[in-house]
Amino acid sequence: MTPDKTQEQPLLKTVALKKYFPVGGGMLHAVDGVSLEIAKGKTLGVVGESGCGKSTLGRLVLRLLEATSGEIYFEGRDIRKLSNEEMKAVRPQMQIIFQDPYSSLNPRMSVYELIAEPLIMNHVCKNKKELNMRVLGLMRTVGLATRFVSAYPHEMDGGRRQRVGIARALALQPKFIVCDEPVSALDVSIQAQILNLLMDLQDELGLTYLFITHDLSVVKHISDEIAVMYLGQCVERASSEELFKQPKHPYTKALLSAIPIPKLRPDRKKHIIRGEVSDPIDPKPGCRFSLRCEMCKDPCMGRDVELKEVSQGHFVACRMYEEPGFADDK
Amino acid sequence: MQDTLLEVKNLSVDYETDEATFYAVNDISFKLNEGETVGIVGETGAGKTTTALAIMRLLPARTGRITGGEILFKGEDLLKKPENEMRLVRGALISMIFQDPMTSLNPVMTVGKQIYESLEIHNLEHKSKQQLEERVDELLELVGIPARRKNEYPHQFSGGMKQRVVIAIALACEPKLLIADEPTTALDVTIQAQVLEMMHDLKKRFGTAMIMITHDLGVVAETCDNVAIMYAGELIETGRVEDIFEGTLHHPYTKGLFGSIPDLETSANRLHPIDGLMPDPADLPTGCRFHPRCSQCMEICKTTHPKRVSFNGHDIVCHLFTEGGAGK
Repeated sequence: MTPDKTQEQPLLKTVALKKYFPVGGGMLHAVDGVSLEIAKGKTLGVVGESGCGKSTLGRLVLRLLEATSGEIYFEGRDIRKLSNEEMKAVRPQMQIIFQDPYSSLNPRMSVYELIAEPLIMNHVCKNKKELNMRVLGLMRTVGLATRFVSAYPHEMDGGRRQRVGIARALALQPKFIVCDEPVSALDVSIQAQILNLLMDLQDELGLTYLFITHDLSVVKHISDEIAVMYLGQCVERASSEELFKQPKHPYTKALLSAIPIPKLRPDRKKHIIRGEVSDPIDPKPGCRFSLRCEMCKDPCMGRDVELKEVSQGHFVACRMYEEPGFADDK
Repeated sequence: MQDTLLEVKNLSVDYETDEATFYAVNDISFKLNEGETVGIVGETGAGKTTTALAIMRLLPARTGRITGGEILFKGEDLLKKPENEMRLVRGALISMIFQDPMTSLNPVMTVGKQIYESLEIHNLEHKSKQQLEERVDELLELVGIPARRKNEYPHQFSGGMKQRVVIAIALACEPKLLIADEPTTALDVTIQAQVLEMMHDLKKRFGTAMIMITHDLGVVAETCDNVAIMYAGELIETGRVEDIFEGTLHHPYTKGLFGSIPDLETSANRLHPIDGLMPDPADLPTGCRFHPRCSQCMEICKTTHPKRVSFNGHDIVCHLFTEGGAGK
């Protein structure tokens, strides 16, 4: 926590959030002690490769999945301690947009029914007329032409389907939205349209996003702050600009240098890491990245590495920055 | 090295269904020299994969139809070959890597056997079983998989490893041409970097020419010599990779594609996407196929199909250039 942020309470804050799934071989550590916070009206991007626990994290903060341990504060209240009844009152304020708009929309419901559903469920509108107004208003907000009001999901392209997904998420006027890879399934030109829409909505409605993606150029574009995840842990967190300018963790560095840049002769050296993500089932204590890390040394094993602030607002979980002289005697 | 390996001339492909005819590929032409890589770039539905399947003559039998053109491979028209001869071309002279390694491998056959299969079919030199098995080991090591894992099944490998197996199968007979259809789209970036590096090394080693089909302009910049931008079944801009990435003259669609990608090196607040959507291939617009979405659309674009204009091998199909005003 940086001193200037303490005055303003973060909208969402997690403390040592964990989720273990029991599997045949033991416990799968999907999310393993993630602490993060998002200020109101800001976007926190969560990046990482498949299987690093980013989607699980998104579902945990909404309590769509129950965490194994840890705390989740939404507007200062620990929502894990709320009863089902109390939780029901909080849920409308926290929404989610899914990756694949095709499988997340009921194929037998029209656009009108899909967008009206959350409004009806929560008894938001007094009468049919008000409901109509709200649905059409939402369609306008997300840029869907009203002629699609009775269309079914299969009649629309991916971009429009995703707009329906966004309209549904916005229906209950939430404060916070988890965007789980909302543009990964879309073509670049459509992707750009949806990203612009999400950013415009944030400006107009003061929304706060937890933006999950594996696409680093997208995350840089939309985020104020970025958290890099590796095997269930957050290994680095910094402002978007800082992270791309001065990545500190060896994994972040490798990840950034692996992105193909649409330029000839980009002025950077390519640095390819070997190997693949190791097993998330009962991982040994120590740095999870140590097996693929070129800088790895004895102290990296045996004890979990904690996220430490190395400069203003820049957090890294790596031994290199904990022990002075770590990198020198190599 | 500068011999033409593949020349596609005025190729058109339709898909015919009971309801409609979809004009998937419309009169495209391009050349590929030996040992070079051409990138075909475009969005979903542009006709990239259809082009690849047409070259391999693997279009779906009932619906896909090549309605015109020639595909000259080393001067021979592949479209005139009978099926039994075509089978000797596939895998041996031209092979293909598909997007999704999870579905392109046989789940009930060990990976070693799947590589062996391809060697056995094209075993023109009548090598012994022993020799072929040795070649399987060699190929696996080549793509970075320990040979002792050859008796394992696809589900025992990760996505990146499976794609390596697919590449090993494709390269088993040292083909002259490799068609890679979105080979790294399903992979994570760090694994993508590994696979691209490996493909680059192998391509150099064997002198294989490659058609790289992708929607990722970053991948194109890293791997290709030539680029063809495809839109609604047409190649709207072709040229050397330098022309596309560093040149100043571009088709408005190419500009739109570049404007849609968030830039990692500078920070822009808004992206500049192309409005609208890809046209329906059953009902293509008249004139220039891009005109309904084009910000620089003129009257002539709505009625007349533009001609190809060439600037030293950099071709653009757009009226902006035919009217004498180069890239207004």
